[in-house]
Amino acid sequence: MEEIVNLFGGFAVALSVQNVLLMIVGILLGVLIGVLPGLGGANGVAILLPLTFSMSPTSAIIMLSCIYWGALFGGAITSVLFNIPGEPWSVATTFDGHPLAVQGKASQALTAAFTSSFVGALFAVLMVTFMAPLVARFALKFGPPEFFAVQLLTFCSFIGMSKEPPVKTLLAMMLGFALAAVGLDSVTGTLRMTFGSENLLKGFDFLIAVIGLFGIGEILLSMEEGLNFNGQKARITFKDVLSTWAELPRYWVTSLRSCLIGCWMGITPGGATPASFMSYGLAQRFSKDPDGFGKGKIEGVVAPETAAHAAGTSALLPMLTLGIPGSPTAAVLLGGLLIWGLQPGPLLFTEQKDFVWGLIASMYLGNIAGLLVVLTTVPWWAAILRVPFSIIGPVIVVICAVGAYTVHSKLFDVGLMLGFGVMGYVFKKLKYPLAPLVLALVLGDMAESSFRQSMLISGGSLGIFWANGLSGSIATLALLMLVWPLLSSLWTARKPAAS
Amino acid sequence: MKSPNKAPITVSYRWLELLTAAFFAAIGAVVVMDSVRTGFRWGADGPQPGYFPFYIGCVMIIGAAWVGLGILRQWSSEKARAPICSPHQMRLVLQMFVPCVLFVIGVIYLGLYVAGTIYIAAFMMWQGRFGWLRSLLVAIGVSAVLFGLFELWFQVPLPKGPLEALFGY
Repeated sequence: MEEIVNLFGGFAVALSVQNVLLMIVGILLGVLIGVLPGLGGANGVAILLPLTFSMSPTSAIIMLSCIYWGALFGGAITSVLFNIPGEPWSVATTFDGHPLAVQGKASQALTAAFTSSFVGALFAVLMVTFMAPLVARFALKFGPPEFFAVQLLTFCSFIGMSKEPPVKTLLAMMLGFALAAVGLDSVTGTLRMTFGSENLLKGFDFLIAVIGLFGIGEILLSMEEGLNFNGQKARITFKDVLSTWAELPRYWVTSLRSCLIGCWMGITPGGATPASFMSYGLAQRFSKDPDGFGKGKIEGVVAPETAAHAAGTSALLPMLTLGIPGSPTAAVLLGGLLIWGLQPGPLLFTEQKDFVWGLIASMYLGNIAGLLVVLTTVPWWAAILRVPFSIIGPVIVVICAVGAYTVHSKLFDVGLMLGFGVMGYVFKKLKYPLAPLVLALVLGDMAESSFRQSMLISGGSLGIFWANGLSGSIATLALLMLVWPLLSSLWTARKPAAS
Repeated sequence: MKSPNKAPITVSYRWLELLTAAFFAAIGAVVVMDSVRTGFRWGADGPQPGYFPFYIGCVMIIGAAWVGLGILRQWSSEKARAPICSPHQMRLVLQMFVPCVLFVIGVIYLGLYVAGTIYIAAFMMWQGRFGWLRSLLVAIGVSAVLFGLFELWFQVPLPKGPLEALFGY
């Protein structure tokens, strides 16, 4: 029960006055980010990252992860009240959340959404608490071939599980790798693809890419959709909260199923968005009243919210233990770790105990604080959404520009952000997924160096990935994931022919 | 603001798909060429710098060709000919994007605070039809908050122009 002792040590770290304050500031900022169009978990954290450079890493990660929890909570508010998902993972919440709000049950829907988010997160945090040290201890035995095999699995599962066309997922990912390769090659010291430009010496920073792709791209899309916020009124009374809480235990099967889906999709890089859809779909399929879905069923809010939050939280498990983030936001947090001088991976658990357990403890505390904050402050956020887009739009653009500039204090990056913004808009239109691009950009250097180290060990033979059972089985699994779309399309093509 | 005689401009899916595929192929070609330049084979002391990117570039070219051929095969289908958005929507997007570009150019010459103030105020007056006083007050308020947060509290300097220099910043 070493974990329990460590966890209490973590609570001691996280419960300092300063850290609790940062937690609440983080939650409030996070909900704001989640509510506003164009600002999401990933680019919100990216923009605020430079502000934490002067903080201690523990305080910084507590604040940033709380922004992430806040954003997860915030997405639900716009979905239920305005039928506009503030975040992609809350799209499924609109299906039943908004009809409930139209029926005058907004406060029940919101209470159910927030509470299920909390339950999902708590389940995932418990899982992280007990699994992470095990995974980390296991991963200590990893050499370069094992690490590359795991990275390969991460990227191949993107292709295998993505809803977008596999070729486009592959292209987006390769673009990420290509951009990651620009600049100084850390092994040989050669300059790659800089073409004599001073601005390219350091390569492309993924923070700029995230701010442009998700921030500016999203603003352009919001403008195209011609947002008009016709929101439902909402105030959550204590009575509504209690009556909804009394109803929720009825859906324990749905909750449990959604928790499991969420954790699975969070650890493997499926992410919160597919998790929420999958969980909604399964809840509908196993329901006694499938036709009631989409017309205002509390269960239809419980399922996606639980899964989204469980996925969002468990995405931190591979990030902390293997240095492989399960979602774009986790990728940004990983970038933060590198900037603060911490090397993510199994050693983090032995060398930076305070940091790791402080973070895990703050996940518990942050979610409790988050639940209380959102339950009490819903009317404010609804009011913010009534501010016209002609004010919010340019303000968000200015904030994005500030965020892009502060990463390296370079004006070039602000221009680059615009370029990535256009790319984000076009990619969204043509169904090129953005998450693999960002993850490849973040992990590109790491994947390349573990690949090259493996090649050095083996003298250039790819057989090294199958030299032992561990890396062999991971690599095989990765290749299976890679050809999965091909196999499944062959399977469906054969079926009608057979019948 | 909207002139009805202006020809509606928009792009069809097929052209955007083809352009994007060409973009990927071009990036792939650049990556391959640069990898060949720095060496993509096995050197005396192990893999050369272009060893890994070379294959990335190759995959990009093949993938882009796949997508490009795919769209050429359905070139005249209904789906491929459809515009990516209505002309009205396109105009809305440009109404957001063009000021955005002007703002970024403004940042270079005027600094972020002044350019930001002008951008927010002008956008509010133009798109939101707010009065100039209200627009200006909101814009100056946002810049003031940013200034307090970044320059004074967290001491992260943002780009500044001639106006700030006048006040000694």
